[in-house]
Amino acid sequence: MLQWAFDTMLGFGLLWLAWRALNSSDLFKAIVLFIAFGLLMALAWVRLNAPDVALAEAAIGAGLTGALLLAALARLGAMTDQNVSGASAYPVPSAQPPAGSHFSRGLLILLLSASVAGMAYAIWSLPSYATGLSMDVAAHLDDSGVGNPVTAVLLNFRGYDTMLEMMVLLLAVLGVWSLGGLQQQPEKPVAAVLETLSRFLTPVFILAAAYLLWVGADAPGGAFQAGSVLGAAGVLLLLSGWRPRVRLMQWPLRLALTAGAGAFILLGLLTLLLEKQFLTYPVAQAGRMILLLESLATVSIAVTLAILFLSVSSGHKEKSGKGEKK
Amino acid sequence: MTAADYVTACLFILGGIFFFAGTAGLLRFPDVYTRLHALTKADNVGLGLIVAGLALQAESWLAAGKLLLIWLLVLFAGACVAHLVARRALRKGTRIWTE
Amino acid sequence: MTNAFLYALAGSGLFVLGLHALVMHAHVLRKILAINVMGSGVFLILVALARRSGETTTDPVPHAMVITGIVVAVSATALALALMLKLAEKSGQAVLPDKHGD
Repeated sequence: MLQWAFDTMLGFGLLWLAWRALNSSDLFKAIVLFIAFGLLMALAWVRLNAPDVALAEAAIGAGLTGALLLAALARLGAMTDQNVSGASAYPVPSAQPPAGSHFSRGLLILLLSASVAGMAYAIWSLPSYATGLSMDVAAHLDDSGVGNPVTAVLLNFRGYDTMLEMMVLLLAVLGVWSLGGLQQQPEKPVAAVLETLSRFLTPVFILAAAYLLWVGADAPGGAFQAGSVLGAAGVLLLLSGWRPRVRLMQWPLRLALTAGAGAFILLGLLTLLLEKQFLTYPVAQAGRMILLLESLATVSIAVTLAILFLSVSSGHKEKSGKGEKK
Repeated sequence: MTAADYVTACLFILGGIFFFAGTAGLLRFPDVYTRLHALTKADNVGLGLIVAGLALQAESWLAAGKLLLIWLLVLFAGACVAHLVARRALRKGTRIWTE
Repeated sequence: MTNAFLYALAGSGLFVLGLHALVMHAHVLRKILAINVMGSGVFLILVALARRSGETTTDPVPHAMVITGIVVAVSATALALALMLKLAEKSGQAVLPDKHGD
């Protein structure tokens, strides 16, 4: 009974926060509400018995996405402030949705309600007991080299997905760079407390990432969680004014960005030679291979996320917003 | 229920009261500085009580140590972030509430 | 059905809320938030349905998919934000107008 009450409250809380985030008049407020929404989502994952997802959501959904959104908003504010004089810090062109006719708005509401009802019916009519693939995973878990079924799925049974995901991350960086490239920013002075905070927390972040990576073989954790924690450390360092040396931004950066995808491809080719199948590890070596892949993927994910933040927060700058536009 | 369970329950209730007070302060206080005060002070104690309650239920000293570590990290990060928020507000010229 | 049904229902609600905001708001940042909320809705439904395999065992495959999805969502968000900033740089505002010539 108490659990039902809690779950209902959490569900309504999620819906209410999402509604407020999507419709509050101030964009800054909207983003802060969205971060709170991410934290509640992490709670929902715990309730749904998905601690691996909860860890990823807390680090990414609430942490990194929020940092990205706030950085972009700050730059947007700076940009439009220079172009539009006398505007507030974060001008919102239309706080309210643009007016359609009452008829079209009513129609939209009707369609959306119908789709909620349809989805609810579809979910309701599914069999209430279905094992899905859990039996298959449990049956082959011993051969996977790890004890955590989620890690086994991510790195072994469906290693393809993770390999392609590493490429998606790479593509995102390429896309962001091709929109203007990365420009070196001078280190700027920041609050002393922020510097102390990052100096103290960075080793803790690295330790936590290593722990998550190691423990991920048998308990909730793994490359994605570790990578996002490490990426958050990078974001904190960047926020406290640290900038990587120019030398590091050349081939070491590119090597780190491609390490994950490259390791998957190389190991895939190796297993193609040994086992005649792409990314099918020999059972005896599976644990070690997964650890190797996960370590490199962690580095790649962390560097990718930090670089994405750096690009969004200070990317193609200086050329823009000097008033020449418009 | 053992004695430890009763102590845990008491600690949770006490912690809940602190969290409730902190949240009420966050919602009802007049400006950003007083809200930070309510949030960091009350919630830090509240979290400490919850962590103490959980540590009593922990399977090993190691698990209890991890819980304590979480609390210390939250204390440290909370204090720093509260300082940064207040500093930014002062720089931006947010007036301090006086009455 | 178990409590997981509540979360699946909340997930479909989130998806529709996001869709509504995606259609109704002109500001690009709001659209990006909306797409993220829609994604969260889909993830919630996936994991809630994975709960059906019993109280103790859950289906790890949807969990793995959702973890992958979360990481893809954040990289897509970064790309979208970069595009938005480029749009703002070129046009002076980060708005997708309804009609041409507005």
